[in-house]
Amino acid sequence: MHHASNTMAQNSTNIPFYRDIRFLKVFFQILFLIGLILLAGFLYSNMLHGLRRQNLPLDLSFLSSEAGFGISEGIDYDPADSYLKAFWVGVVNTVKISIIGIIFATVFGFIFGIARLSSNWLIRNIAAVYVEIFRNIPLLLQIFFWAALTRALPMVTNSITISDSIVLNVRGIYLPTLERTPEFNTWLSYLFAGIILAIIVVFVLAAFRHFGRLSEVHHTDRPSFISDIIFGTKWAAAPTFLIVAIAGLFLTSEPPFVVNRPELQGFNYVGGMNFTPEFSALLIGLTVYTSAFIAEVVRSGIQAVVKGQREAARAVGLKESQVLRLIVIPQSIPIIVPPLTSQYLNLAKNSSLGTAIGYPELLHIGHTMMNQTGQSIPIFGMIMASYLIMSLTTSAFMNWYNYRITRIGRSS
Amino acid sequence: MTENTTNDPIIICEDVHKWFDDFHVLKGITTTFKKGEKAVICGPSGSGKSTFIRTINRLEEHQRGTIIVDGIELSNDLRNINLIRQEVGMVFQQFNLFPHLTNIKNITLGPIQVRKMSKSAAEEAALALLDRMGIEDQAYKYPAEISGGQQQRVAIARALAMEPKIMLFDEPTSALDPEMISEVLDVMRELAHSGMTMLVVTHEMGFAREVADRVMFFDEGVVVEEAAPADFFDNPQHERTKLFISQTLQH
Repeated sequence: MHHASNTMAQNSTNIPFYRDIRFLKVFFQILFLIGLILLAGFLYSNMLHGLRRQNLPLDLSFLSSEAGFGISEGIDYDPADSYLKAFWVGVVNTVKISIIGIIFATVFGFIFGIARLSSNWLIRNIAAVYVEIFRNIPLLLQIFFWAALTRALPMVTNSITISDSIVLNVRGIYLPTLERTPEFNTWLSYLFAGIILAIIVVFVLAAFRHFGRLSEVHHTDRPSFISDIIFGTKWAAAPTFLIVAIAGLFLTSEPPFVVNRPELQGFNYVGGMNFTPEFSALLIGLTVYTSAFIAEVVRSGIQAVVKGQREAARAVGLKESQVLRLIVIPQSIPIIVPPLTSQYLNLAKNSSLGTAIGYPELLHIGHTMMNQTGQSIPIFGMIMASYLIMSLTTSAFMNWYNYRITRIGRSS
Repeated sequence: MTENTTNDPIIICEDVHKWFDDFHVLKGITTTFKKGEKAVICGPSGSGKSTFIRTINRLEEHQRGTIIVDGIELSNDLRNINLIRQEVGMVFQQFNLFPHLTNIKNITLGPIQVRKMSKSAAEEAALALLDRMGIEDQAYKYPAEISGGQQQRVAIARALAMEPKIMLFDEPTSALDPEMISEVLDVMRELAHSGMTMLVVTHEMGFAREVADRVMFFDEGVVVEEAAPADFFDNPQHERTKLFISQTLQH
């Protein structure tokens, strides 16, 4: 026995380096890294050489020169502005359609996903048809279809109007908005006062609950002061704030908001909010397509909750709606979030297809810039970096959310 | 027969049949359970024993025959199903605790949502139940943070919190490590002495001999033999029963 352990000890100290796992692990990683650097260096010098041959120096000074081309929609911009400003318009348009698209796709995705599991035959099958149609036709084709449909809308003078507020015509979709009046700032101060008051109420209530309970006989699980504050926030803060906010509405001399409806003036509608035909077509395309995938994500998330959970909930006497709301949905959210994140990222990246129907998003504007300056490599780099930043921000947020909801104890 | 069994019937089954597609799982079960009775149901896997107790709170639907629980017939009437589920507690092999809720919330969910009990009253009752189960200190943990034996005791407390008249146990110790089986059986023994009507599907023959008023042996969807535990174990009548007993008692 003594002899055996002695030889083993000898073995572990005298390993030749070419057999030592610890050495080999590091060695191969360094080798791989060197190879990667050499490859990147080769590609980079090759690119510089090619650019020099075409007489295109690699620098970004062109960004400050005048763009000289118009952009059909987006934040304030003039053709006399710089290329950088034009690029920024594209970034904002991409972010705008992505955020609105994600919100709509989530809402419709959840509705159709839950509907697919309905016990009602008609609802279940309508949802199934929706999902199967829209996720099995190429997105680009769908966007072209919606674009054709928006172009087929009537001329301005024959616009379709819905209850005098929503207007559809060849120039796009018009929706009413809420506009601030001069009294808005007065109302804002009421809101501020409401927040202050709510905080005071929460603390006073928490103090009463907490110190009132101190007199009770020793109780092992008396809630902490923090939990009393949370309780107060839930039950007292929101009502207090709402009461002050609503009172503020009546106390201001005129309403802080007015409804601004689109109205026909001359040959065009003014007022309200206008979604251009391109924006509308892209938004509908992205929403419908992505919501079909989200519906499947939601359905599989709900079905992934083990059967025993439903049975246990039923055995306790819960109604079917309570089983879904209290037991199944809360457990399916952590299953849904990771694939949902992928769908959000897909939607944001797919918004680049807007370039095909003339929606001035990132790729569309980038393309125009390339055509005018010839600086395709730096512009491609900027576009890719922009998408990368947007996507990484989205996943970072979703990962944080996922971490937060999965942290609570889970078994089986 | 234990001291607290009465003669009032609480569950009446008449010619209960059940099919899973073409597979005839229950082939006409007719039996009556009395208030306070403890029945142990055993048999090989696939014999229909679990399916049978699951028909009693409508987790499985029977296709022929009648089941009357505490005077209410189990039919497709949603109201009856909900009423019966409030009277019948169930404990599962895999515990099936709700992993996203703390142990105490697992227990108070039914009383608050179904019985419309106040939160404080429900929590007080839940703590008393956990105390009875010997795990009061685990109340504010999540199911994943406690042992299997403790989880099964929380599951028993969850069922008891609805103050049921009948308790169904579907192989409550089969998923437990050997050293945790006894802590669950102890709780079940205590419950039996309190006069609860219990239907227990189990392979724990020691428990059956000690606690049961009646042992029922299921095979291929029928009750092959039923008797008081002493007769059942020491003097089985059917060949199939004899074989089963010799196989189960071998280890």
